[in-house]
Parts: sequence; C-alpha cells; structure tokens
Amino acid sequence: MDKEETLLDHMEREGMSRRTFLKYCASLASLMALPPSAAAAMAEALGKAKRPSVIWLPFQECTGCTESITRSHTPSVEGLIFDMISLDYQETLMAAAGHQSEEALQTAMKENFGKYVLIVDGSVATGLDGAYSCIAGRSNLDLLKEAARGAAAIIALGSCAAFGGIPKANPNPTGAVAVSDIIKDKPIVNISGCPPIPVVITGVLAHYLTFGTLPELDGLGRPKAFYGETIHDRCYRRPFYDQGKFAKTFDDEGARKGWCLFELGCKGPVTYNACATTKWNDSTSFPIESGHGCIGCSEPDFWDAGGFYKALSTPANPLKYVGAAAAIGVAAGAAVSVANRASKNAAKAAHEKTTLSDIEK
Amino acid sequence: MNEIEFLTWVRGTGLNIALGLFVLGMLWRLVEIYTLGRKKDLAPTRKVAGASGWHTIARRSMPPHSMLKRSPVSYFGGYIFHLGLFITVFFFAPHIKLVESLLGISWPGLPSQVIDAVTVVTLATMLLVLFDRINNPVKRFLSTFGDYLAWALTFLPLLTGFLAVKHLLLPYTTMLALHILSVELLLIALPFTKLIHVVTLFASRWYNGDISGKRGVPV
Repeated sequence: MDKEETLLDHMEREGMSRRTFLKYCASLASLMALPPSAAAAMAEALGKAKRPSVIWLPFQECTGCTESITRSHTPSVEGLIFDMISLDYQETLMAAAGHQSEEALQTAMKENFGKYVLIVDGSVATGLDGAYSCIAGRSNLDLLKEAARGAAAIIALGSCAAFGGIPKANPNPTGAVAVSDIIKDKPIVNISGCPPIPVVITGVLAHYLTFGTLPELDGLGRPKAFYGETIHDRCYRRPFYDQGKFAKTFDDEGARKGWCLFELGCKGPVTYNACATTKWNDSTSFPIESGHGCIGCSEPDFWDAGGFYKALSTPANPLKYVGAAAAIGVAAGAAVSVANRASKNAAKAAHEKTTLSDIEK
Repeated sequence: MNEIEFLTWVRGTGLNIALGLFVLGMLWRLVEIYTLGRKKDLAPTRKVAGASGWHTIARRSMPPHSMLKRSPVSYFGGYIFHLGLFITVFFFAPHIKLVESLLGISWPGLPSQVIDAVTVVTLATMLLVLFDRINNPVKRFLSTFGDYLAWALTFLPLLTGFLAVKHLLLPYTTMLALHILSVELLLIALPFTKLIHVVTLFASRWYNGDISGKRGVPV
C-alpha cells in the first residue's frame, strides 16, 4: 500500500462503502461512550488518516494476542484499520527474517522517532539481566527501553504485557514484569485479556488517530470504555444469579438450562472486560455463553487468583494452619493452666488463718 | 495491591491466618477455663443432678422481670440483633455454600429478600443499641474499650456484607474483600474478647445454676 493512501481510499479499493464506514465509526463512538458528534469527527479523522507507523514487539508471549487480532472477523473495518496501519515490525506477520527484520525495526524507529505507536505483547523477563527472553541476541528489557524512547504512546497488548500475565504466575521463574513496571515516562494503555478483544485495540487506535490522545483510562491503565463494567454486571445469565439458580456441575440440569456459573468458579463478578457486550468471533458468543465460567483473564494475576473452578465465595485452602494452630492452642492453654495452678497453690500456701486476736487488734 | 490481589489475599493467606489464630485462641481459652479446677463434690445432690443448671439456661434466656421498664432498648434490641445476626450468618445462601465447601454439610437458606430485610433491621438495631450505650450515663460509665471494640467487630461484617451484596459504595470486588477481612478480624478477636460468649454462654449459665443449686439457692 502507498504511504500516501488514506484509510478511506483503501476501503473503497477493498469494496467497502462509505456508509459501512460511517456506521462503523458511529458504533465505535457509542461503544466508547463518546458524544454523537465524535462519530463524525472520528470518520473524518480516520478517513484522512495516513498510515501511522506501528512497531509491534513480541516478548514472553504465546502469539495468542496476534491470533486474536488477525482473526478478527474479516473482511471488517477492524481488519482494514489493521491493514491500514504501517506495521513496520511484527515478527509473526512480516515477510522479512533475520537481519532484514532487525534492519526494518531500526529504520522504522529512526524514521518515525517520537511519532510511532509501540505495541508490546508478552511480559518482560528481568531475571538474569533479561537473558530468559532474547531476540537477535538482545534481551527484551533492552529492546523495550530502546523502542520506548522514540514512541509517542505504548499499547501493552494482552495481560502479559499489561500485568505480567502467565509468565509472572507464581513462582515467576523469569522475573517477568509488565511494560509499565519498566517504562515510566510514556503514556501506556493496558489492553488486558488473554487474549484481548480485537475491537478494543482498534477502538484505542481509532481514538488515537481521531483525537491524537489516548482514551480515558481506569486505575489499571485500561480504557474505561471497554473495562468500565464487570462481566457479571453485563452477563445475560445475571437474572439467574439474582434468583439463586446455579449450575452445580457442567452437565447438570442447571447447566443445560443456562443457569449462573458462579458456583462453578465463574470470575465474572470481579472481572472488568467487554466480553459480555462485544462478544467474540464476529459477535457470536463469549465463554459464559458457551457454558464455561469467566476465568478473569483481564485482571492482574488471574492465574494465581485461587483456582478457576472455585466459587468466589469459597476460600482457597482455609484449613492450612488449623492443625498446627490447634496444637499450639492446646499447649498455650495447658501452659497457662499450669501457671494458674501454681499461683493458686502459692496463694493457698501463703494463706494465714485469721484468729480472734487479729480481729481485736 | 490491586482489588483482585486484595481479594485473593483475604480468601487465601488472610483467611488461613485468621482461622489459625481463631482455633489457637479458642482452644487456649477453653483449655484454660476447663482446667481452672473445681473442688471435688462431696455432698449428695439435693434434687435431680444438673436440673438447676438446665433451668438457669432456660430462665436466663428469657427477659428478666421488670427489664422492659428499666431498659427497653436492651430488652428489644438485645433480642433483635442477636436473632438477626443468627439469621444472616446461618441462613444466607452464600454462607451455607461456604460451610458446605468446608465441612460438606448444608441446610436450606432463606430468600435473599428476607435476608436483606433482616440485615437492615439488625443494622438499625445495633446502631440504636450503641446510641443507647453512649446516651445512657450508667451504661456509658460501665462501658470499656472492649465493649466498643466488640460492637464494631460485630457491626462491620454485617455492614460490609450488605454493601457488597447491594453493590453500594465500592466495587463488588473490594467490598467482598473488605467483608471477608472484617470477618477475619472478628475471628481473631473472638477468643480474646467478651465475644467468646458465643461458645461459653450456655456452659457458664449451666455452671452458675448448677453450683447455686448445690448450695441450696433456689433458682
């Protein structure tokens, strides 16, 4: 694609009508809770947008985030926006390999210094000076610091880049950390999820292209428009929760009737994401709709949050210290009892009978 | 520490510590009380052995004569908040689920609307009881730090539980974690404060009645 070609030109070439594009902008604007006028602004800005340079660095990751984005329903506006950006470095998707790809990275960073968007997926290994994960002989830590220097903004894509994710799971052998633990001086958007929802990343990119700023973020650096509410609050099975109708196993009557999966360990009540609203696979369904509870993948340290199949109301392993505590308790009681008896006996021994002469004194 | 880490901690490590300290303290206190030592009973029983003890348990569970006039707030408030606590703790479905997951026993719960109503009444009654304690000069004079602590430790789990269920004030995750944390504080303090009456109540009434009976005091 020509660098001067705009998104609208590209869409027309791909056979997508302007009407479809405008509809997309309107739905994206409403999804992100922007005022109606923003849809027009977004359409104008996006239509004129010229291939922003995007550098995508994969660190300790499974390529699931790339799969999620590239398999976003095609042909779609999301897909086209994705085509539209100048993805100057993405190991999975780029044709170049070896020294050529590293050259492409260096060139993109130099040419667009201060302007490119840096997308990172995967956590950053810090153990052994970052030696656990290297690309072209350089540690992820080193690469991230270099690439972040010239970035206008950083998108930490997926729970690994946003919060450390699975590599950071206990006992975290590689010393994995989130991007925001390393880079402190650049705007960072955390698009958490394992993997994250495709429309969330295009939504953030569209916002950035339209307004030149990042969308409003929550306390964990996630765009509020998509992470503002819990899965539970938006879940279509919520009425069953309120009525106290729960599936007890994955194949019982309740499960077949589509009752609430809370007791089967659903983490919906404590998970902030847009799955229940935007859904997956061209809005086909989301995990709870296919009968499995939410595992809370868009929350920090979801891997260590006490078991996927344990209900939120039940503790992980509460009787851990009870045996030892009981032994110490009995011992303490016995010790105090011995002390009590000793003082009682001492009092008895020290007791003197009162005689008549004492009273008459 | 973020919300989910907080919740994970209170459900995991925090609860382990709290339950450990609860069991430790409870056994300590019970062993200590049991081994305090009673004198050997050399006299023959006057009537039926232990009858006076059982009678005292029943009699002291009824409101004392003239209490209604003397202290109406204690008269009604005492019963209402104790019954309310009993109902909300033992008949709220998620609590039964918790016991079931730990011990494998369960029983039918009450509808959540009933629990909601009982909770509101209990919260209001507890506030009234506290107000009466502060307002009444005699009660205020007799109150110690321990009394206020016991009140707070009982009130907080009920309040945070209600706010969590109703999604009020704070996000559900945080409120649920605060609820569990408040229960943990209650568990830790229970053996070492006057709250230990939840287990010693009937034993001590029985003992008082029994010993009085043996000494010929009609009860």
